[in-house]
Amino acid sequence: MAYSEKVMDHFANPRNVGEMKDFSGVGEVGNPKCGDIMRMYIKVEGDTITDVSFMTFGCGAAIATSSMATELIKGKPISEALKLTNKAVMEALDGLPAVKVHCSVLAEQAIKAAVSDYYRRQGIDPAPIVGEIPECEECGCSV
Amino acid sequence: MDQKRKVYADNAATTAVSEEVLEAMLPFYREAYGNPSSLYELGQEAKAPLERARADTAACLGAKPNEIYFTSCGSESDNWAIKGAARAQRRKHGKTHIITSAFEHHAVLHTCGALEKEGFTVTYLPVHEDGLVRPEELSQAITDNTALVTIMYANNEIGTIQPVEELGRICRERGVLFHTDAVQAVGNVHIDVKAQNIDMLSLSGHKIHAPKGVGALYIRAGVPIENFMDGGAQERGRRAGTENVAQIVGLATAIKRATETIDERVARLTPMRDKLIEGLSKIERSRLNGSREHRLPGNVSFCFQGVEGESLLLLLDMHGISASSGSACTSGSLDPSHVLLSIGLPHEVAHGSLRLSFGDYNTMEDIDYILEVLPGIIERLRNMSPLWDAIRQGKVNYDEYM
Repeated sequence: MAYSEKVMDHFANPRNVGEMKDFSGVGEVGNPKCGDIMRMYIKVEGDTITDVSFMTFGCGAAIATSSMATELIKGKPISEALKLTNKAVMEALDGLPAVKVHCSVLAEQAIKAAVSDYYRRQGIDPAPIVGEIPECEECGCSV
Repeated sequence: MDQKRKVYADNAATTAVSEEVLEAMLPFYREAYGNPSSLYELGQEAKAPLERARADTAACLGAKPNEIYFTSCGSESDNWAIKGAARAQRRKHGKTHIITSAFEHHAVLHTCGALEKEGFTVTYLPVHEDGLVRPEELSQAITDNTALVTIMYANNEIGTIQPVEELGRICRERGVLFHTDAVQAVGNVHIDVKAQNIDMLSLSGHKIHAPKGVGALYIRAGVPIENFMDGGAQERGRRAGTENVAQIVGLATAIKRATETIDERVARLTPMRDKLIEGLSKIERSRLNGSREHRLPGNVSFCFQGVEGESLLLLLDMHGISASSGSACTSGSLDPSHVLLSIGLPHEVAHGSLRLSFGDYNTMEDIDYILEVLPGIIERLRNMSPLWDAIRQGKVNYDEYM
């Protein structure tokens, strides 16, 4: 298994990493039994995600996909962030080994979870906007 | 990244071929390239060293030369010993039960799994928190139907050394064959197959500075076993195929050196290991995996709460340190190492595992460098870990496993 240079760059120098205090929404996906947890914080002004940060427990790909996902949604309208797919995250990283595709799915889910939390805090039902957060198909764990 | 030095701390995975071994092998690629089965001089020039290698290997194990069979690797030795002896026991005595342990190498576990598909039943003895099987539990598991017991001498991941002599004695008393995978033990513990009641023993060259692609199996004279490979009369007709003379000579050179220097090796590696264990134990919420006392001199296996093993390895690699982990993410499977789960660790803790294994080319400076670098790497990963955050806030607690 070999990671692309971009994956290694985002793993070694993660962007937007760390806890955010004055967040507008926060979402956490994954679980420790499977070996990865992603937590995504967003700050929203108007309809725009003005700031984003993440904390991740997981492998190199989990950290790199978290980092890339934050870059891809920072400064973007919420509607655009919600369209970000795991495939787009993978492409931006010049690909992932097949066994690590699941990490990119987590990154997509983490954004949706953070946006859902933001809407809930606003008193808005996130379900019609964000939709169901898809189960990770790659993860066959029984948790 | 600032890279000060290179530290190879994965000697349980493989080792470099030593100069001595390389020099011993080269003549058999250049001048003495004959087939040992040929009668003319060039053939006999290869035959004599081959038989000397067999005698040397036997002497290292307390065996007779005609009890040593050269193979292509440790996995082959395990496959042959277990399948060959189990099938022979079924044919001769109708016995179809095998006993092994839960934390064997996959070369043993998957071989036992293959035999289950042939109708054998397999008992997997539990491994306790200290990384050891209990002789009394072996004793209880043996039945009139038991064909074979296979339990590893020393574990490849957590380095624990089993009470082999006692396990062997129980098997001998009950009339059951005893095989042990000694791939990690050779050169680290004194092996005597007669005194330790071992009927079959697997070993591998590349863990002791011989090349990859050569191993050996000791089969006590008189143990019924099926042939591994049918064909010519090589290896007493039990494993056909022209002998890999150069590598066999390399293996014998390596095992001779490794065995002659066991005491020096143990004396040199043990303080290095213990210093590293002491140092890593100071890291908050860390644990040593497996017994500290019954442990290979070069093995350090730890779990660190709140970090994941693969990212730990990648950061160590960026600092020039080669190590290994039992985390799921390095194996490509979803579950972390079966060895760590077998000693009772939950997935959440087993994901944060690290194995550092040392050998003849490591120095105390390597240990100091690891101790200089590793705590900072753990801290860096924990600082971005939501699991560590949850542990610190007391939302989850794994301290019972520490």
